[in-house]
Amino acid sequence: MALFALRRLLLSIPLLIGITFVSYVVISLAPGGPLDFLTPEDPNASPEVKERLIKEFGLDRPVHVQYWEWLKRAVRLDFGRSFLPDGRPVLVKIGERLPVTLFLNLIEMAIIVGFAVPIGVLSATRQYSLYDKITTIFVFVGFATPDFWLALLLMILFGVQLGWLPISGLRSLNWEYLSFWHQQWDFLSHLILPIVVATFGGLAGFSRYMRQSMLEVVRQDYVQTARAKGLSERTVISKHALRNALLPVVTILALALPGLIGGSVIIESIFAIPGMGQLMVQSVFSRDYPVVMGNLVIVATLTLVANLVADITYGLVDPRIRFGGRRAR
Amino acid sequence: MPRRRARVRSGLAVLAALVLTAGCNASVDNRAEDTVAADTPAYGDTFIQASIGDIGGLIPSLTSDQSSHEVGGLIYDGLIKLDKDLNMAPAMAESWTYSPDCLDLTFKLRKDVKWHDGHPFTADDVVFTYQTMINPKTPAPFKEGFLLVKDVQAPDQYTVRVRYDKPYARAVETWGTYMLPKHLLESFAAAGTLRESPQNSRPVGTGPYRFQEWKPGEKVVLTANPDFYEGRPYLSRIVYRVIPSQATIFLELKAQGVDYVSTLTGMQYSRQTEYPSFRKAYHKFRYPASDYTFFGFNLKDPRFADRRVREAFAHAINKQELIDGVRLGLAREANGPIRPGTWAYTDQVAHYDYDPAKAKALLEEAGWKDRDGDGVVEDKNGKPFTLTIRTNQGNDERKKIAEIIQQRLKEVGVNADIQLIEWAAFIKEFVKPRRFEVVVLGLGTGTDPDQFVVWHSSQRGPDQMNRTGYANPEVDRLLEAGRSSCVQSERVRYYHRIQEILAEDLPMVFLYFRDALPVVASRIHGVSPAPAGILYNFDEWYVPKMQQRYTSG
Amino acid sequence: MAEPGSRGEIRAFWRTFSRNQLAVGGGAVVLILVTLAVLAPVLAPWDPNRPDTKKILMPPSGSHWLGTDPLGRDVLSRVLYGSRVSLAVGFVSVGIAALIGVLLGAAAGYHGGVVDNLVMRLVDLMLVFPRFFLLLAVLAFLRPSIWTIMTVIGLTGWMGVARLVRAEFLTLREREFVIWSESVGAGALRVIFRHILPNAVAPILVAMTLGIPAAILTEAGLSFLGLGVQPPYATWGNILNDGRDYIEIAWWMTLYPGLAILITVLSYNLVGEGIRDALDPRLRQSRGRAVRVGR
Repeated sequence: MALFALRRLLLSIPLLIGITFVSYVVISLAPGGPLDFLTPEDPNASPEVKERLIKEFGLDRPVHVQYWEWLKRAVRLDFGRSFLPDGRPVLVKIGERLPVTLFLNLIEMAIIVGFAVPIGVLSATRQYSLYDKITTIFVFVGFATPDFWLALLLMILFGVQLGWLPISGLRSLNWEYLSFWHQQWDFLSHLILPIVVATFGGLAGFSRYMRQSMLEVVRQDYVQTARAKGLSERTVISKHALRNALLPVVTILALALPGLIGGSVIIESIFAIPGMGQLMVQSVFSRDYPVVMGNLVIVATLTLVANLVADITYGLVDPRIRFGGRRAR
Repeated sequence: MPRRRARVRSGLAVLAALVLTAGCNASVDNRAEDTVAADTPAYGDTFIQASIGDIGGLIPSLTSDQSSHEVGGLIYDGLIKLDKDLNMAPAMAESWTYSPDCLDLTFKLRKDVKWHDGHPFTADDVVFTYQTMINPKTPAPFKEGFLLVKDVQAPDQYTVRVRYDKPYARAVETWGTYMLPKHLLESFAAAGTLRESPQNSRPVGTGPYRFQEWKPGEKVVLTANPDFYEGRPYLSRIVYRVIPSQATIFLELKAQGVDYVSTLTGMQYSRQTEYPSFRKAYHKFRYPASDYTFFGFNLKDPRFADRRVREAFAHAINKQELIDGVRLGLAREANGPIRPGTWAYTDQVAHYDYDPAKAKALLEEAGWKDRDGDGVVEDKNGKPFTLTIRTNQGNDERKKIAEIIQQRLKEVGVNADIQLIEWAAFIKEFVKPRRFEVVVLGLGTGTDPDQFVVWHSSQRGPDQMNRTGYANPEVDRLLEAGRSSCVQSERVRYYHRIQEILAEDLPMVFLYFRDALPVVASRIHGVSPAPAGILYNFDEWYVPKMQQRYTSG
Repeated sequence: MAEPGSRGEIRAFWRTFSRNQLAVGGGAVVLILVTLAVLAPVLAPWDPNRPDTKKILMPPSGSHWLGTDPLGRDVLSRVLYGSRVSLAVGFVSVGIAALIGVLLGAAAGYHGGVVDNLVMRLVDLMLVFPRFFLLLAVLAFLRPSIWTIMTVIGLTGWMGVARLVRAEFLTLREREFVIWSESVGAGALRVIFRHILPNAVAPILVAMTLGIPAAILTEAGLSFLGLGVQPPYATWGNILNDGRDYIEIAWWMTLYPGLAILITVLSYNLVGEGIRDALDPRLRQSRGRAVRVGR
């Protein structure tokens, strides 16, 4: 197992390089460059400035050379500065956004798992019962609802019509002037809508996996054996079946880890949350290569780590492959 | 992202208008809530504004995004500014004079201006700003005005003499730009590292507001400058909240989370803000903005080289329909590139009414007929008239314009499809290399009618603004003359003639000048719409003591 | 024991499937939706693309059952035409993804070794790429049109199928090693198509059926962000986008297309789940059977 892990780790490095190289090429090939923003089509923009900036950003050199320059510095964890006029270090910009996204996603994940597991288990043990049918419908509806639609509907209902919840940002404007407890509540109330929207769909998928996994486990021979031994149904389920059913779910969880860093573009943009998703979109659209690459490296690294963890867990379980059906964020 | 051209704060100012402009019709949509009793100016309160993009930096001379110029316009100041009628007015310069040959411009500076750190503002700062802007190491997008300067001298601490090689009509306007502090930036400017200087995160300016904090991606906070030479502004604090989505900004407005929005869309103004609680909490204003939207031809395309085809298109387009459909009536028809109501504007130019029959006739004259009965006109070789209307993604107005025009073109036999292209790609791949057939775009007209960069034949390069590829020697001559005169009565003649010729030549179909539709919280007094908009007297706005919402002193 | 895909099998499948009311319901809705999509040009009461500035954002009425949009176009007609786009995107992109997945997965599973390694690395690469970044970057690169969207969604969604197919190959290979060494040289392709793929068909089918709603949702999301099909053509996502700014005065722009997406995706999911549940015993039996194929 250790050998396996080591081999995978070593394999990850060329993979990471491959990913970053391909990304760099793709984003460089995308028409338009960072200079189309710094020197806009305003009548007074100056051509010499462009020359200078081209040299400064190294855009006059071929793509692979640019990439090599970037790689040399990236290895030293120097991701350079943003191409945008604020020119701040990439890591600083990412560092501002990452905690928010991480925090939101962790909560979301906790809620999803917390609710999905019991829902799924119950569904499996009471397969085809009324409960199963109702939760199936509910969960399916959740899965089928476009998150941006739900976001808009909830915003209108709770934010504008009823005025119960704030609809954008993470904090109210007068946050600094609030008492400590008020501050906490304020922060939380800003999170409620985005989290509800984000978990709604994920809950569906997860509880289905749980149910599916549970169903398969329950049909296994060793469960029959446990029953035959005379153990109570509850022990059978919770002690034997559940643990085994949870394993593939854990695997899925591990695979979902990279999503934690990604940040949902749609939700962040609708709720004006300054997270990683927004950063990524904005930097792609403004061709801010250093930020895009920095972002990508972090996400890619964490993904590879997560995959490794997942594969190790895989190896511990009966190697049946489950296919992905998660919808794109 | 939508490119807006309206410059709301006087970072750029206008050339002296010797004749006051006729008042533009700006209407105030007001209820008589503000009673006289509670109307005494008072210091205090916080003004919350939404900003759709985060600022690009705190040295607006180096940026081109609107947010940083809005913020920068309050932190920094220039030698002159715009008054409510779009005339030049003194700011940090108390007066200025031109030599008779229009080549020497002398400013007399105020003696009581201080930088936010207490250092006095002197002529040295002006010279320094000039030198920094023309320094090739400075990554400033807008330097053209300074490049035309021959030299700048400071004969004494409070006098600045600028010399030009040739008379430059927009000279004074150039000096409305942000003045930079020599004592803080000298070394950075020399090294070309302005963006990394502390000024870019803790700016020191001479404007009515001082910088307090910037939380990137979230907000920028400014506080009133008690030493401002015109007196401390009444509103104590300004907060710019970064809200990246227009939809969310609007929702925040309805939830009363912001006090000001620079413009509503037509639909928002007429259909979404008409309910009682909104009308009580906010006042809506309306005044003509300075940017226009157009349908531009690529004059290199052989089909559009034929003037009859262009005129056919002009007749196929129903401008009123566009104004109604896209702006809900809140715009003015445009027949030229100069803003109605300004001193250089004239209405005496060719108009092209919506007339599909005439359009078809003109097309036929030019050789385009429907020869096979499929509804699309073809040339004599049977090639159908198809084209692609291109515009940038993310701009709802332009998209709707494209859709309406597409339909109208269909009716006269032209088969158009639409491409919305992401901004960077659009500019790089289509606009700059002139690889388009027709585009829907907008242009800002600034405060001076000089549009040399848009219409002169020398400006047709890829990085230049003459997008349609227009070239007319008479217009060239007029543009040059207009630029180098400083006598307004002369210039008026030139610009009238230019508008006439442009309307004849039709390098583009001018669609409309939209109305700006700002909204201000009703507790704020002192707002008074004028040709310059509403922000020109921002430092005089106040909230009466009893209505102050966010007390901060 | 019967070969996979035999009549007895299919009958058994139907029996299980038809007992699942939800799945059958979903299936019926899917059929209705497909019919509506196909018949849209006949059914739509108005030209879906013709603006009419006198009728901007009118609420549902007798002449416009679902109201009108900001350019005065009939929402019902646009929703009907939009279903064609969703249908096309759903089927074609999933088709592309399945094709790529089958080819690559078969190559990996059958040849093993270097090929397998390469393919799996490619899968890893694709999985690590934040999908949205890829979609964004590619769409910035290409001109968004219905074809590029379908291709891009297909190109970014094949990994699951590839893994599935590869797994089937690996499993069967283990157990049929003896047979293989005998039939090497004698039509490898035949072995693949006659023996291996039919076993894989079931999970691939499920993956595809579940992939369709995912593709529809992705397209809706892209259209919602303005990266979808070019105007004036309607898709459910871009109707939602058009109505986004007017949501509180034009609820019909948000409710109906969103509902359409919901119902469509829901139905496909129910059908897909139903198929999966009905095939489940099939899966197990087919595996057991494979052991016995090597007589």
